[in-house]
Amino acid sequence: MHAVELHDITKRFGTLVANKAVHLTVTRGEVHCLLGENGAGKTTLMKILFGLYQADSGSIRVNEKPALIRRPDDAISLGIGMVHQHFMLVPRLTVTENVIAGSEVSRNGFLDMNAAVEDITKLAERYRLRVAARARVENISVGQQQRVEILKALYRKADILILDEPTAVLTPQETDDLFEIIRRLKSDGKTVIFITHKLRETMAISDRVTVLRDGAVVDTLNTAETTPAELARRMVGRDVLLRVERPPSDIGEPLLAVRDLSVASRFGTAVESISFTVRAGEILGIAGVEGNGQLELEEAIVGLRKVSSGTMTVRGKELGSGPDARRMVGMAHIPSDRLRRGVVPDFSVAWNLILGSQWRSPFSRNGAFSRKQINEHAERVVAQYGVRCGSIEAPVRSLSGGNQQKLVVARELSRKPEVVIACQPTRGVDVGAIEYIHNQLLAMRAAGKAILLISAELDEVRALSDRILVMYEGRIVAERSSDAGESELGLLMAGHQAEAG
Amino acid sequence: MWLEILAVIFNLRTLNAAIRMSTPIALAAMGGAFSERAGVINIGLEGMLLVGAFAGAVGSYATGSALLGTLLGVAAGAATAAVFSIFTVEFRANHVVAGVGINILALGLTTWLMQVVWRTRGISPAVARVQSIRIPLISDIPVIGQVIGVQSPFVFVMIALIVGGWVLLFRTPLGLRIRMTGEHPEAADTLGINVRFIKHFSVILGGALCGFGGAYLSIGNIGRFSMGMSAGRGFMGLAANIFGQWNPIGGLGASMLFSYADAVQIRLQTMEIALPHQIIQMIPYLLTIVILAGGVVKSRPPAALGNHYRSGGGT
Repeated sequence: MHAVELHDITKRFGTLVANKAVHLTVTRGEVHCLLGENGAGKTTLMKILFGLYQADSGSIRVNEKPALIRRPDDAISLGIGMVHQHFMLVPRLTVTENVIAGSEVSRNGFLDMNAAVEDITKLAERYRLRVAARARVENISVGQQQRVEILKALYRKADILILDEPTAVLTPQETDDLFEIIRRLKSDGKTVIFITHKLRETMAISDRVTVLRDGAVVDTLNTAETTPAELARRMVGRDVLLRVERPPSDIGEPLLAVRDLSVASRFGTAVESISFTVRAGEILGIAGVEGNGQLELEEAIVGLRKVSSGTMTVRGKELGSGPDARRMVGMAHIPSDRLRRGVVPDFSVAWNLILGSQWRSPFSRNGAFSRKQINEHAERVVAQYGVRCGSIEAPVRSLSGGNQQKLVVARELSRKPEVVIACQPTRGVDVGAIEYIHNQLLAMRAAGKAILLISAELDEVRALSDRILVMYEGRIVAERSSDAGESELGLLMAGHQAEAG
Repeated sequence: MWLEILAVIFNLRTLNAAIRMSTPIALAAMGGAFSERAGVINIGLEGMLLVGAFAGAVGSYATGSALLGTLLGVAAGAATAAVFSIFTVEFRANHVVAGVGINILALGLTTWLMQVVWRTRGISPAVARVQSIRIPLISDIPVIGQVIGVQSPFVFVMIALIVGGWVLLFRTPLGLRIRMTGEHPEAADTLGINVRFIKHFSVILGGALCGFGGAYLSIGNIGRFSMGMSAGRGFMGLAANIFGQWNPIGGLGASMLFSYADAVQIRLQTMEIALPHQIIQMIPYLLTIVILAGGVVKSRPPAALGNHYRSGGGT
């Protein structure tokens, strides 16, 4: 019995073909992973199934009957629910209001909130989705928000549940909880379609997996009969080293030292008296769930945010104010928000590669740009770092996420820095580019530079770092060596100091 | 001197006038609340009031019935809002620019049509108007009687509409859909809520409310239409809506405050005060600026206010 059959689905956005003649069959009651890199067309395909996009051609069958899905309510009435990567929740409304909107509980034309709260509490208990039905969404944790999203689908009697990159925002423990929920849904007869780019999750949760690359289906496999390496090869189209080699390195003198750094934010203290030292030839990883002060720490170190107290030194010399003082002493910055801080999307590749040095020789002489020097520099760097772009005149917006990030890495590292502040360096980047960026960071380490790695990807922190600091609610709650276990770090990231201790 | 000023400020007749004068502002504020709760910035409230005032007067002139005039005013306000919502929702025009356009259009159109209908530019001849009514028992109660015992029927209908609007917005399924649309249209869409319908509905309902408020200006009070007679009340309504936190009842409270200042101002002008009357006339507007710009109230507008959304991800 097939829950969903997609037949020959093609979708174009302008000249970009997001889905090419895709065939997908999902059996009722299975957990089916859609695996692929960013931009492989997984989300587009599922938005077509959910009625948010219209396919240019192709047909859909749901529960073995032809289905015409023009809008989300068509999909909902066919029993399809979708949990989006970016939650579709209104922060200032309550959990209950968010769940019932569109199919409200009413009496005599008025909302019956008490009945609605009761319904939702019952439903949540049945699937063990712990949430406070009367709480405002803005006051609950991200993990709980995700449960609200799942409740929204179940409340609409969804039998087919699409989860789009559901673990991206979760701690390892919350991910385990989610997998428990998925198993419970499966045993209840629901069909789950799970979009991910993570091999480990695919192996852990799915019955079958369909791999997408460049908008087309590469293959559909039984999970039990495949391996992560095989999946990675199909995903990228070539062999990929899943684990980077981190050879021993000579750790030298301290290059970057941070002492008792505190940073205020609108909501109080974002960073509370943090101290650490990064030495030459060392990668210091900062692990933590997003929103625990990492952004403020990053901005303070690179000079974009005022600090309340504390000192920062590079080679023992205190840093002046502003980002430019950092550049002068050899600090490079790979920002966590690529499109806001890393590149100017509408500028060309060549212009983006000189940002931050644009007024320096040889790019600028006597106040005027030297196009020749700028273009030569761009050609050289693009070739050296393997940035794939149509031409150096192409706007950065037209590059894939992975290549945009390679461009940022190329610009920052080609400056020959002493200290590298790498923040979420592989966010939204495909497997091939992740491998490349990791190797670049390790090359900097081998060259005796100091690297501070701030990342919400625990695997990345563990693979690259010589030492790991765990950040929770603005403080460093623990320091561990690189061989610390995942579950221990996960507990620390979630604030369970005692249990992990 | 000071005693006289205080006597004007704390005076039941001033309060009576303030309630009366707040009618079109509170209705415009609620019009703004519906529109903006659905995510559409509505600068065009002023124009919608003006069109309502004109159509009210024309309807009353043509039929001799102030009731029919009022209905025409409501319809004309709704029609003006429909034009606005087609531009903003269907053609995705910038809300502020489209709203300014509606205001200019309303002023030009009513001025021109005045010449067509009455062959005059400044002020229309007298038309049938809605008389104030005396509520039998209430008007005999000492304080309350003086405040609301004798009022225009518009005032009572306005209060009923405000309460009804609040119930609609916060206690019904439709209201929840409107609020969700203004906060997060994509979320509303994924819940099967028809975002376009909600936006059109809310904007047009807002226009109808402005039309009713406009009709009060022309035939609820003096029984004439004059050029540009909305005189900034739509903008006051816009401010009252924000001050009232996009809540019809809050908007009414804010409108009363502004009108109270206005009523006091009018009375102060007749007194011998050593201040130029232009300064005194500024009181309500200064109050608006202080409240809105001075951060007396921390406002939190609907999150997707002013954004365009199209189902299907097309741009």
